[in-house]
Amino acid sequence: MEEKKMSQTKLRLKRFLFGMNFVDGFVYKLVVYVLLISFGYIYLYPVLYMAVTSVMSVDDLIDTGVKWVPTTIQISNYVRALEVLEIPKSIWETTSYVLKVSVCATASSAIIGYGFARFDFPLKKLMFVLMLATFILPSQVTMVANMLIYKNLNLMSTQASMILPAIFGQGLNAAIFILIFYQFFRAIPKVLMESAEVDGAGQMRIFLKIAMPLAIPSLIVVFLFSFVWYWNETYITSLYVGDTVTLPLKLQAFKASYETLFPAGTPGAELNEAILMAGNLLTIMPLLILYLFTQRYFVESIDRTGITG
Amino acid sequence: MKKLMSEIKKLFLPVKKFFSGVFGAIGSFWVKHVRKALRKTGHALTHNPVIRSEHSRLILFSFIKIKVNRKRREAFYGIAFVMLWIIGYLVFTLYPMFYSFYLSFHEAYYSLENGVTSTYVGFQNYLNIFQSETLLPLFGAYIGKMLLAVPLIVVFSIMISVLINNPIRLKGFWRMVFFLPVVIASGPVISELADQGATTLPSLEDSALLLYVEENIGHWLATPMEAILTSMLQILWFAGIPILVFLAGLQKVDTSIYEAAAIDGASPWDRFWKITLPSINPLISVNIIYIVVAMSLFAEDGSILYLAKIHMLVGGPDSTFWHGYGYAAAIAWIYFFLMVIIMGIFIGLLSIKKKDR
Repeated sequence: MEEKKMSQTKLRLKRFLFGMNFVDGFVYKLVVYVLLISFGYIYLYPVLYMAVTSVMSVDDLIDTGVKWVPTTIQISNYVRALEVLEIPKSIWETTSYVLKVSVCATASSAIIGYGFARFDFPLKKLMFVLMLATFILPSQVTMVANMLIYKNLNLMSTQASMILPAIFGQGLNAAIFILIFYQFFRAIPKVLMESAEVDGAGQMRIFLKIAMPLAIPSLIVVFLFSFVWYWNETYITSLYVGDTVTLPLKLQAFKASYETLFPAGTPGAELNEAILMAGNLLTIMPLLILYLFTQRYFVESIDRTGITG
Repeated sequence: MKKLMSEIKKLFLPVKKFFSGVFGAIGSFWVKHVRKALRKTGHALTHNPVIRSEHSRLILFSFIKIKVNRKRREAFYGIAFVMLWIIGYLVFTLYPMFYSFYLSFHEAYYSLENGVTSTYVGFQNYLNIFQSETLLPLFGAYIGKMLLAVPLIVVFSIMISVLINNPIRLKGFWRMVFFLPVVIASGPVISELADQGATTLPSLEDSALLLYVEENIGHWLATPMEAILTSMLQILWFAGIPILVFLAGLQKVDTSIYEAAAIDGASPWDRFWKITLPSINPLISVNIIYIVVAMSLFAEDGSILYLAKIHMLVGGPDSTFWHGYGYAAAIAWIYFFLMVIIMGIFIGLLSIKKKDR
């Protein structure tokens, strides 16, 4: 009797630890969670480091004993960084510039994607392959000639030099956006469009009144991605548009603008890591907030490209 | 009550008057001018020598007759929709590509007075790059970094996506965490973080392994390894999109296959190698392309792309540093070819493996 009970508890324990099938057991789950938490920690380490360091005082920065928990929370770092980055103004400027570009990119890729998905025309396959190939073509290859084109058109150092390629479907990662729309419009049954055609609607009207309202989720995804990617782009933007157009570009010049604002010699003016990190965090803050509210769309985006079959 | 109503009506009288005035004006304008113009253009469209349509035929110059059928109409609309892209491709991609290829064989400078002046130098720009003391090691480091980092990211992202695909709590939260870098990673932010040493794991950097490799295998492997270890997190941050791609692929796998395998006695380990991996195999090459492109085009300070920009812009015609636009174009082209070759190597390796099976 006693032995039977023993073996039963043993069996129960075994069930609990390894489950029926190993993957539903406690041990497996524990391993999964431990791995996920440790990888998550590694992944978020820079962000956590940024957040913690940005509120440290000078004493905490020097003290090697202080790593994760600062002794005092120094808000003045943020005040300084706000001043250097000219926050409310530069956020407004960046947003208005990025909005213009990304709206253009979204609209044009919707039109182009619809054209590729809905109609059959000669050389379509070749064009489609060329379109996809632009994804791997670095913009640095074309930058030399593009600069000369813009200089001849007097578009250098204006936002038009980024907006024009976006309108013509050659903007940042435009191939991905067109692919997303292509996959989406191909999935809509053609019958829907044909019935509208029979009722006498022109192609433009079909596109605007039937295809566009259906494509709203794809529009949101593409818009969000182009917003984020144009916001984070610095190489081409600084070359074509200017060195201080967007917030990340202002961060690049943080040290220089800090020194002009707080010249060396004024008390407590030395630039330290805490202020730098505060500036960093302020730069990513708008995108972080955007991401928190719209992360569903970002995460769903991959299914929409249709590359998973 | 009636009085109040009439008062209110009186109050709105000017508003009503204003609107009726405005719409009346618009209406009369429409009738007098717009409608006339429309009628005239309509007339011109059917009664001109250049283009007119007759039944189902389009007549150009009254002797070229094109029969309009459904197929041709569709082709017309298709090209009309894609026109935007065709123009853009010709102007902003194809022409600049050829032009920069042409410039890469020239010594080209830009001046405000007389535009671009270029003199043919043959392969001199390319030779200069291969002899350059700053660029050549950078190209070597780039290749080494790519060859080591790309497999690392692929393995890492497969691992994470398999972990997330388990029945775990807070799935959305984990996906959010691992996708976060895609949203916040921009050049300046990352270079600031790298300056602060926030992209290294302190324990990895000065491990004994690196010293061992340096002493026993050689410098050529140790340098890229060190580069990878010191920017470990930065490299892993490129895994954001690959993780999602693999995850989307994993979710498409039919769970009944796993059940059948489990009944037949396959262990979780076997199931991973025999079911999970083959089913996401095609996605690996997609991800490799994405990773190579994303990593190559990420321009930090001191990288090759950054130097290309400097060579193009900074300096004057008399300085030794300034090699002009042709030099920059040559750098970009070499970089592009290396990128394509690296992609080709990885995808070739994958397909060899497939044939063996």
